[in-house]
Amino acid sequence: MTDAANAGGSTASDLMVRADNVHKSFGSLEVLKGIDLEVRPGEVCCVIGPSGSGKSTFLRCINHLEKVTAGRIWVDGDLIGYRERGDKLHEMREREVAAQRQSIGMVFQRFNLFPHMTAAENVMEAPIRVRRVSKASAQQRAVAVLRRVGLGDKVDTYPNQLSGGQQQRVAIARALAMEPKLMLFDEPTSALDPELVGDVLDAMKDLARDGMTMIVVTHEIGFAREVGDSLIFMDDGVVVEAGPPREVIANARHERTRSFLAKVL
Amino acid sequence: MADVKLDRARPETIRAVPVRHPWRWVTIAALAVLAAMFIHLLVSNDRFDWSFMLDNMFNPPIVEGARTTIIITVLAMVIGVVLGVVIAVMRLSTNPILSSAAWLYTWFFRAVPRLVLLVLFGNLGILWERLEFGLPFDRQLGALFGIHDLDARIFGVDARTFLSGFVAGLLGLALSEAAYMAEIVRAGIQSIDPGQFEASAALGMSRGLTLRRVVLPQAMRVIVPPTGNETIAMLKDTSLLVFVPVTNELFFQLSAIGARTFRVFPMLVAACLWYLALTSVLMVGQHFIERYFSRGYGTQQRARMRLRGLEAEHGAVEIEGGTP
Repeated sequence: MTDAANAGGSTASDLMVRADNVHKSFGSLEVLKGIDLEVRPGEVCCVIGPSGSGKSTFLRCINHLEKVTAGRIWVDGDLIGYRERGDKLHEMREREVAAQRQSIGMVFQRFNLFPHMTAAENVMEAPIRVRRVSKASAQQRAVAVLRRVGLGDKVDTYPNQLSGGQQQRVAIARALAMEPKLMLFDEPTSALDPELVGDVLDAMKDLARDGMTMIVVTHEIGFAREVGDSLIFMDDGVVVEAGPPREVIANARHERTRSFLAKVL
Repeated sequence: MADVKLDRARPETIRAVPVRHPWRWVTIAALAVLAAMFIHLLVSNDRFDWSFMLDNMFNPPIVEGARTTIIITVLAMVIGVVLGVVIAVMRLSTNPILSSAAWLYTWFFRAVPRLVLLVLFGNLGILWERLEFGLPFDRQLGALFGIHDLDARIFGVDARTFLSGFVAGLLGLALSEAAYMAEIVRAGIQSIDPGQFEASAALGMSRGLTLRRVVLPQAMRVIVPPTGNETIAMLKDTSLLVFVPVTNELFFQLSAIGARTFRVFPMLVAACLWYLALTSVLMVGQHFIERYFSRGYGTQQRARMRLRGLEAEHGAVEIEGGTP
């Protein structure tokens, strides 16, 4: 469903994410050197690459946790972080940035659950305080999303009583509760013990099957091959290779991709 | 695991001779002698005048003084904590003006000794006879536009009445406390994992909301223990109010009786006992507040939950690691 033929005809409006020549520098260190990306609604896009290649930084630019230094990113047709007035870009106010982030879910490598809240409270917090949903319906929804990630029995449990895999699934549920149109995953299984990775990947597969648009920075090549619609290999701040996962993994055209894949496969 | 057959006999439980600690007995003996000497001093030296102390340490003015001390402690801490949070948030703000103003505040109020500050506040009445509130620089502005004696003042109070001992003392203690609390709160906020700010931001929470709902509740764990110490220190520092002076405060009343009757020492002992008692009550309160704010943390609670889980699942608990 995601063929190169289709991509050529896409315009910004029917893409979920479009990145155009994105650059990002920290001081004199340029981490992203011109990233282009197009993700259609319902697509699962996996991003792989060695550490320090800029993949996490790029992901964080998509919800404006990092400000891009040059280039543009659109999510669902909206320019992220700035407003274009005439030929000038205006920085968005905090409130406007927050509004954009509401529809972009993010899952972090280190879970970042709120430790003083139970699983359900973690999930309910943003819907109640940000979306102004009533407490009763937020609670109902929290139980529903927690059940969906297989944690229906952990509703009243504090994060530190959960395993890493369970915590990460609560984090996924927390993002889902805001009913995002896009989900960003920043190495969601990298901090987990190997035997716990499967449950988290299963929860993500379930999401993909339901048609969620996802961008997944990962080291799980198996997941990328099985679930991904497209695969991007980044190295040293540029996209080295992009295409259908099986194709990229089986016959990578670039030497850098091949040597990376040889190490992780 | 359960399939591994253990057919070896379990060896005998070890019953070893425990290590002896002779020096503990020596220490106990030495301390017992010192304690005996101390009790002997308390009982045999009639300058302590125990019956006089007991007769006088619960006099109505003294009980009233204890009440004032508690009220000032509570009020000064409430103002100090609220103002301290505001100053800490200002200090960590991205706005350079707010953060320098906050720095200036903490610098001043931490640099000046509390005693000096209190005497200063007690004498503020020297500066003005009346305190008036209204448009600032009204006379100067009036003169600028050719109006003589422009009066844009809403209300005024007599400075000596307003800045009575109580108000001056309370302000002195509260403002100085705010500077210390600001540093404690700042440390608390900075102890929070940056991931918490990011997770909140990614959910579309504003900075204020993040601070209120995510950061401060967690920072409380770090903030509460030193705040308990501050409260205890504050209770004791109310005795400095003698120099403002605040006349209806505990230590003033106790030493007044001592001075009046020329029996200073018994009343100083009474002061020790009063402060000991009040402080002990605060320490009990601190214990319960700390327990409340450490929910979701702590190994004790965690261990208990794990055990309960084990019981419930008849040992079929999943053992999963990887939690940081």
